[in-house]
Amino acid sequence: MGALRKSACVEIGAIPIALSTTEDGFLELLSRRYDGFLSSSRPEFELEFDLSVTYSVSDADVQVQRDGDEWTMQRGDFRAHWDPRAGRGTVRQDANPYSLDTVLRILHSLILAERGGFLLHAASAICDRQAFLFSGVSGAGKTTMTRLAPPDVTLLTDEISYLRPGAGGYAAFGTPFAGELARSGENCSAPVSALFFLEQGPENRIDELASGEAVRRLMRNILFFAEDQILVQKLFVTACDFVARVPIRRLTFYPDGRVWDEIRNFAADAEEVPQHA
Amino acid sequence: MPENCTYIARSSAIAARALAGEMMVMNSADSTFFTLNEVATAIFQAADGRTPLREIVRDRICEQFDVDPGQAQADAEQFVAELSGHGILLVSNQPLSSEPAR
Repeated sequence: MGALRKSACVEIGAIPIALSTTEDGFLELLSRRYDGFLSSSRPEFELEFDLSVTYSVSDADVQVQRDGDEWTMQRGDFRAHWDPRAGRGTVRQDANPYSLDTVLRILHSLILAERGGFLLHAASAICDRQAFLFSGVSGAGKTTMTRLAPPDVTLLTDEISYLRPGAGGYAAFGTPFAGELARSGENCSAPVSALFFLEQGPENRIDELASGEAVRRLMRNILFFAEDQILVQKLFVTACDFVARVPIRRLTFYPDGRVWDEIRNFAADAEEVPQHA
Repeated sequence: MPENCTYIARSSAIAARALAGEMMVMNSADSTFFTLNEVATAIFQAADGRTPLREIVRDRICEQFDVDPGQAQADAEQFVAELSGHGILLVSNQPLSSEPAR
């Protein structure tokens, strides 16, 4: 008791969260892991870490449940409580970055769900000041698309895209949540120009998707952990809104750099095309 | 009061949105997802728990769509049974209180 708590403010998606601990080593670990996303902004939320317990690393499913006005989040390797009204939570875990990453993803998914945003299993990148999202099942080519990107393209993530609504549409933000690329995205954002669901094929081709299919695929790829009907309903409404405002297409691509020419051409052609109204 | 009245109401566990002329409905209890055609959408939107299905078919379906009344009633009953099976609609022979879909 009484040990001095130190904190680092990690700002992802323009949402600053203070992560506090009494352990210098853990503070260094999280500062290294979220380098590029550390912020001097005043935190909106705070998570206190208690590293005094030992849990086993686990591949078990995450459980996120509402408990009165609070949320409980747990897996074999961590237990956490979150009070959204107070904007504070506690996390008990080992000093490992994997549990920390998972807790942060869950927390952001809860915060975003209330604000009309979401985390999407998708790579994203900025090209010509517009963000493009590439979603699909594992192996569909998310990381491949980021590897094929020309040098002037800014990587936001190769794994978990961060999306928030804004005045003119949706914006995509960079995240430190990396996939196979094992590299954090850039901490910046841009308006979303299109979402592509990826399939690899013999040639590059962009096809329309019916609204129903677009919503169905989008819902399938949104990261959401909470067993909560009200938030799931909110996410569905958000997904429908996203489909109404953002072009959603199927991108069949042959994995070489020419696919990015296709993306640029699509962006140029799509500027004046109405969306799913 | 007509005999064998069927009343239908939208479940509070669903969310629904119209998009590009289609009605999307999701049951948040199991995340099942449905896209309704025009006729099904008309029935779904009229499912207020107070209007008998027969009236919905007469006033909303037969009035708006070129369908045989008997066939429309049979199709509506089948549709209602399907959506009821998926927890989207509540069905009763008494009026129901309906919580609007989100």
